[in-house]
Amino acid sequence: MDHGSKEHIERQVKVYISVFAALAFLTVVTVAVSYLKLPFAAGVAVALFIALIKGSLVAAFFMHLLTEKQIIFSILAVTALFFAFLLLLPAITSAEVMSYVS
Amino acid sequence: MSTAVIRYIDKPHPVTGVTNAKLGTWCFLASEVMLFGALFSAYVLLRTGVSEWPHGSQFLNVPLATLNTLILITSSVTMVMSWASLMLKQFGKYRLYLAITILLALAFLVVKGFEYGHKFEHHHFPSTNTFYAIYFTLTGLHGLHVIGGVVVNAYFLFFGKRMWETHPEQFAGRIECAGLYWHFVDLVWIFLFPVLYLL
Repeated sequence: MDHGSKEHIERQVKVYISVFAALAFLTVVTVAVSYLKLPFAAGVAVALFIALIKGSLVAAFFMHLLTEKQIIFSILAVTALFFAFLLLLPAITSAEVMSYVS
Repeated sequence: MSTAVIRYIDKPHPVTGVTNAKLGTWCFLASEVMLFGALFSAYVLLRTGVSEWPHGSQFLNVPLATLNTLILITSSVTMVMSWASLMLKQFGKYRLYLAITILLALAFLVVKGFEYGHKFEHHHFPSTNTFYAIYFTLTGLHGLHVIGGVVVNAYFLFFGKRMWETHPEQFAGRIECAGLYWHFVDLVWIFLFPVLYLL
């Protein structure tokens, strides 16, 4: 089906509403889980996992990544690589400090 | 002298398959990921570098932040609905949804203002400690992005009619790009909220 056709857009509008409901529900779940006082590592894992699901929903449906062209995924792949490196930097730094201390 | 024309702003480029405007917007968003990524990395470094770190909910207002999360999520859906309305050739609905998006963004900033005001009343500033330094930096930068989105969306709301009448495809593309930016702002908050307030 043509992604710009009236029927497709009308169907998408219903999907947007469903995604919105899912995002609102997951927000409430995130807050509810924080009151369970889970161990720190488990709390971080659960909170980031829910955030990852919410972020994926926004990117896939609102930003139309589900139907996006290859070139956009190529840009995002490079971005993800550098982003992962950025987040690994603290771990590398900590490891260096630990080895220096020991 | 010939006038330089930017090509493929309303029709997909034959090589990339997307408009140059959309390609440019995604490249811009990639640079934004690195900007926020650097600050998230700094947050991790600061947090793991100390033996004790306060739980966000001890110092920050979780109910207000939850409200702001719901406001931003709602604004994201109204933003995409404004684009969908243009695709359905319903300019009136487009304007309505975009106006709601802007109002929700302003509501987000007002709530944030209350939150900041409360912190300042209790003499909690970025210089108070490392926790507040990273909190104000991350939320402040995000807030500036919200303001940027309001400015762009307000421009399209008040000055978009002429372009819609003369270049409807290009205008719909512009709203899609503005939407991509706005959803990115929402996406950043989706991660900021648990990281700063709930952990």
